[in-house]
Amino acid sequence: MGSPLKCDLCSKPATVHLTQIVNNKVHKVDLCEACAQAKGVTDPNGFSLADLLMKASLTNEPTATSATRCEQCGFTQAEFKKHGRFGCPHCYETFAAIVEPMLGTMHKGTTHTGKVPARAVSRKSLHDRLSALEGELDNAIKSERYEDAARYRDEIVQVKQAFAPKAEGESLRP
Amino acid sequence: MTIQSLIETPSELTSSASSSKCAVVLMTRIRLARNLSGRSFPGWADADQRSEILATCREAVGALNPMKRSVNVGVTDLNELQKLILVERHLISRELSGSKSGSGLVINRDQTVSVMINEEDHLRIQVLRAGFQLKKAWNAINDFDSALEEKLDYAFSPRWGYLTACPTNLGTGMRASAMMHLPALVISGQMEKIVRAVNQLGMVVRGLFGEGSDASGSIFQISNQTTLGEPEEEIIKRLQSVLQSIIEHELNARQKLLEADPRKLFDKIGRAYGILQHSHVLSSAEAMNLLSLLRLGIDLQIFPEDSRPVIDRLFIEAQPGHVQHAVQHDLEAGERDGMRATRLRDEFARFPAPATPPPSGAKPD
Repeated sequence: MGSPLKCDLCSKPATVHLTQIVNNKVHKVDLCEACAQAKGVTDPNGFSLADLLMKASLTNEPTATSATRCEQCGFTQAEFKKHGRFGCPHCYETFAAIVEPMLGTMHKGTTHTGKVPARAVSRKSLHDRLSALEGELDNAIKSERYEDAARYRDEIVQVKQAFAPKAEGESLRP
Repeated sequence: MTIQSLIETPSELTSSASSSKCAVVLMTRIRLARNLSGRSFPGWADADQRSEILATCREAVGALNPMKRSVNVGVTDLNELQKLILVERHLISRELSGSKSGSGLVINRDQTVSVMINEEDHLRIQVLRAGFQLKKAWNAINDFDSALEEKLDYAFSPRWGYLTACPTNLGTGMRASAMMHLPALVISGQMEKIVRAVNQLGMVVRGLFGEGSDASGSIFQISNQTTLGEPEEEIIKRLQSVLQSIIEHELNARQKLLEADPRKLFDKIGRAYGILQHSHVLSSAEAMNLLSLLRLGIDLQIFPEDSRPVIDRLFIEAQPGHVQHAVQHDLEAGERDGMRATRLRDEFARFPAPATPPPSGAKPD
């Protein structure tokens, strides 16, 4: 039987063994319970994020490079790796390829099943409706279906009006 | 109202003590992280954006019913001591207290609702209740959030939920937590085991003042770790059952201590009482540990039940900012420990003496 590993900090018997890969170098740490707690190793919040970020960047390098700067706020992937926080809400779309694989390890699930704010959702569905109509309008014009085009244009006007008064209980469907 | 009058007003924490039924839980808190759509998060926004977001949020939050009587200020409007007192009352975070211009806070009169603006997220809404009241706290914060949403455009994605600066808060943006008093688990050296078990259940254990703080006074904060993939009610239900089982472990540990060596336990409590009555220099960590033992004494009926509110109040008032505030002038750290001892000597001169341990408790010599 070999002698048990000793804590790197205080040379009591080590019970916590941590392996971290930073910049492709393997770092091993052996700690006793007291030191592990003192260093915050037992707090998953303190340690997991760096690990998760590394994992995400390793598995997603090819896809993630296609969108490295948020068009809305100018935030970059490098900054996210440094701070672990995003620049603006739109970053979640921009960096979806990086976020998506992190969420599985970070959370219980990868999609939201909780509270839904009525206003934000109606705004979102109006947006979606608007871009769908604009697509239809383009298609109609290209294929010279001018009656359809006129109808789509009217609907677009209606949807745009629905945006304007930010009153409660705005109707969703035209 | 002004910050000064808020500080003088009795708060939820210092006036309504946790009920004896669930004495292990000192207080319950829930916070929601929310952001405005189409704006950079506070850490990335420039100074102009930050002050615009701050003005928008202060106005919207201040107009809500529960905030009709509130303190509504920028962080730079407060002095260091005032900020420290708010941190000690768990109304603002250390991060917010350290931030420069462009951040603010709105706190209602009885200090049950506080909103931090431009901390890590545009809005951090918190509801606080004394005792073990997760469901009540959730109902209150849910209503508050719905009312605020009528006034502000939240950043929300149907797929990912509420969008937050850090992906660890994504989804519900909710952190529900309970402040627990676990002296017997600490004395019997079981805390490390509990922390590990709780972590495996997707919950986090922290010290009294959150991340990285120590657990002086055997007080721990237990909260949910994950925020995405489950509805709020489900997270609260899971937390509730974890808390319940920690309470059971704590009560069992107390029973074991009493069975194994009651004299040792009564001695600890009696000595704590003696020090609080007669010491002249007390650090805040030592004061917390002594108060913690007296609180355990109340739970074990060594002191009368109605003295519990005194201890719960002193847990807050023995903190450095509160001690300093009470004397109304600046103190060196050493002086402060003297003031704290004076303050506690005065409080404990009026505190009932410990009951002689029940005959079954003490072993004959």
